[in-house]
Amino acid sequence: MTNKLLDLSRRKFVIGSATGSAGLSLGFGLATRNSHAAHHADGAKTEVDAWVLIAPDDTVTIRIVRSEMGQGTLTGLAQMVADELDADWSKVTTEQPTPGQNVARDRVWGSFSTGGSQGIRASQQYVREGGATARALLIEAAANEWGVPASECTASESVITHKPSGRKTTYGKVAAKAAALPPPMDVKLKDPKDWKLIGAPVKRIDTTHDKITGKQIFGADVQLDGMLNAAVKACPVNGGKLVSYDQSKVSNMPGVRAVVKVDDTAVAVVAETWWQAKTALDALPITWDKGEHAKASSSEYEAIIDAGLTADEAFVGNEAGDAEKALAGASKTVEAVYGYPFQNHAPMEPMNATAVWTEDKCEVWCPTQNGEAALGACIAASGLDAANCDVHKINLGGGFGRRGNSDYVEQVVAIAKQLPGTPIKLLWSREEDMLHGMYHPYTKARVVGGLDDDGKLVGMHLRISGQSIIAGLFPQALRGGGDQLQFQGLNAPGQEHPISYTIPNLKVDHAMRNSHLRPGFWRGVNVNQNCVYMECFMDELAHAAGRDALEFREELMKDNQKALAVLKAAADGAGWGTKTKPGSGRGLAVFSAFGSFVAACAEVTVSNGELEIDRIVAATDPGYAVNPQQIEAQVEGSFVYGLSAMLYSECTFENGEIQETNFHNYQSLRLAKMPEVETIVMPSGGFWGGVGEPTISVAAPAVLNAIFNATGKRIRQLPIDGIDLSA
Amino acid sequence: MANLKVNGTEVEVQSDSTTPLLWVLREELGLTGTKYGCGVAQCGACTVHIDGKAVRACVFPVNAVQPGQEVTTIEGLSENGDHPVQQAWAELDVPQCGYCQPGMIMASAALLNDKPKPTDADINTGITNICRCGTLQRVRKGVHRAAELAYNAGGETS
Repeated sequence: MTNKLLDLSRRKFVIGSATGSAGLSLGFGLATRNSHAAHHADGAKTEVDAWVLIAPDDTVTIRIVRSEMGQGTLTGLAQMVADELDADWSKVTTEQPTPGQNVARDRVWGSFSTGGSQGIRASQQYVREGGATARALLIEAAANEWGVPASECTASESVITHKPSGRKTTYGKVAAKAAALPPPMDVKLKDPKDWKLIGAPVKRIDTTHDKITGKQIFGADVQLDGMLNAAVKACPVNGGKLVSYDQSKVSNMPGVRAVVKVDDTAVAVVAETWWQAKTALDALPITWDKGEHAKASSSEYEAIIDAGLTADEAFVGNEAGDAEKALAGASKTVEAVYGYPFQNHAPMEPMNATAVWTEDKCEVWCPTQNGEAALGACIAASGLDAANCDVHKINLGGGFGRRGNSDYVEQVVAIAKQLPGTPIKLLWSREEDMLHGMYHPYTKARVVGGLDDDGKLVGMHLRISGQSIIAGLFPQALRGGGDQLQFQGLNAPGQEHPISYTIPNLKVDHAMRNSHLRPGFWRGVNVNQNCVYMECFMDELAHAAGRDALEFREELMKDNQKALAVLKAAADGAGWGTKTKPGSGRGLAVFSAFGSFVAACAEVTVSNGELEIDRIVAATDPGYAVNPQQIEAQVEGSFVYGLSAMLYSECTFENGEIQETNFHNYQSLRLAKMPEVETIVMPSGGFWGGVGEPTISVAAPAVLNAIFNATGKRIRQLPIDGIDLSA
Repeated sequence: MANLKVNGTEVEVQSDSTTPLLWVLREELGLTGTKYGCGVAQCGACTVHIDGKAVRACVFPVNAVQPGQEVTTIEGLSENGDHPVQQAWAELDVPQCGYCQPGMIMASAALLNDKPKPTDADINTGITNICRCGTLQRVRKGVHRAAELAYNAGGETS
């Protein structure tokens, strides 16, 4: 790689321009820019420890390695470091080390993986220690300078004070000396009662200005000097192959520079602009071998899932007592079958990545939820040593789990390798994104419950049938052929994702029935459908027992007071027990997900068959609430994602091909249907739960139960759009 | 080659005349604030103004912009990022990932051009953009707040 290119890639992106202000340059280093803090001269910063850099002007740069994709983790992580550091928040900025730097420094920053609502909860300990360590070093450096014991000094707002003498200095003045000191063997973290920033509803530090002026650079906006653009098509049936293409038909089209075979399954057109590349790709005659799934259809697959609902063999995820016996002896049994179809993540920014490959170096710029996995893909696809590869993370235009996969990184490197030295930006069309998703799997559940004469629940069998994500992505993680992740929210107490209820005789099992589609972690993963299965069925049981849906649940939640507390908060907030207006009804749902407890109470009105979701009250107990207003934003957003799935979205296939190709036939909730969401953040302390995903689980079941309450109609299969609610 | 007036500046466009305005803005003029989300006028991430009206630039051929018409993108909405909609957005911390927000902001600004005091019903029909992060609730609040800010600013000067 030439020095010039290296230099360019490290320091700035150049935006070519024909507007007269040609050569408009955007300063854009490896660091995340944000205008929250004063800009400082590059190179003047001192690394006090791996997480904290301080400039002479007291600007504090906090390193963030989890990906920011809208969920606010960047702000939350910075709050935690800055709190322990006692930094002046108005002078805090952030930067993102590269995965390659992490490898070179023996993974000093830990995992880059950003999924499972883990950004805060899985890194809180070591990032807080990073802040506390830097604080201790800075105080020690000041104390040394003054010749006083460090114990006589305190720090606040980036100012160190020697209490007896009143002398003061700032972090910026002692940072260089602090960096030269050996780090303390152990540091004491603050007592939660002393937190100032953790728990404060501060604004996002990555919003002001760039996100509201169009200046924020996403992967799709990356521009490198001499860059060409690529559009790609992979075989529309997963498992199929690329046979041939006739490049002579498009090679003379405007701007076209190359037509390349990406791998066994895909072809790409490389052109001066992406629009030219896409236009040529659309005109390119391509022959596919659609492979063994060329005839696969959703209806055929659904029949396979249906058979699994009553199959003899299934992997047991949670068992207590003897469900079979209890059901046989029950005075009344209730049975229901529910279904939650395939979903596509459909982040607003389609998949993309930019790469430059030469014989001795490969660099990638991309939005990714897993920088280290992207680096792995870069190494594998480039054929180069790890030391000669790196990935520069660009903020994501949404992720929702899709960008934990690196298929698009492999593709761009494979293309760039065929055009050595030329930066290539690969952007998928929305259609490519819809056809080649990592889908939230289709599962169904058959649930049978037994009531005694007093209307008490004596036993339950919840059978799930359908595709396993783990079998598709990490088959080595299956245990005895089973996928324990399938049971999120239905696990035995004491495990992550425990069941909300104590049911004396219980069996939860899964008949794995995999399709040819690639499964993936879709925001909320398996709690989405499992909560529909459990919470809609709880509503059915309460109704069959002739009991109030809250009281019926409460009786089964004596051992789960935190879950009960959020349920009651949501119910109370929505006026549970008070009369609703004619045609209206309320519904409840509660779940334990990603370390947090969440609940919702929905109020809906159905008139002339039209559903109006009037209001939702949602409660969350995440243990510690790092930023309550960002938790509110995540809860509000969770209803958009969860209700989009409930109302509209479903991926189906015919002849092996996904039929939903864009937002016209894969709709997403819009303002007209957006209910008013009231969020209750009720941190009970003592644990760290996630917030990006849990609430999605309760969105659909709360509304479905409210629809029943309003109409007497049970809807058990998603999506519900088009179902006549008037009958 | 066609002339285009973008954010107050006359530019000569080299792109093929049928190229959607979105790609002329992004790839020829380097105005990457306007986003590609669907290419079929569904999501609204590409929303720009033509003479103050919201247009989905992904399906709007550049040659359909009439002589004398003014194209405004997110970069040209205000000089300092302080259009009432932008002020409201900052105040309410509306964006999450931010990708759809230029389109949301442009759609909101166009709605306010048309209806300075929009009702919820006006917002429902006027802003049909998609946001997968789910900022919709804050978008609604933001539009109402922007209307207030614009009214207050107008009140001071009149």
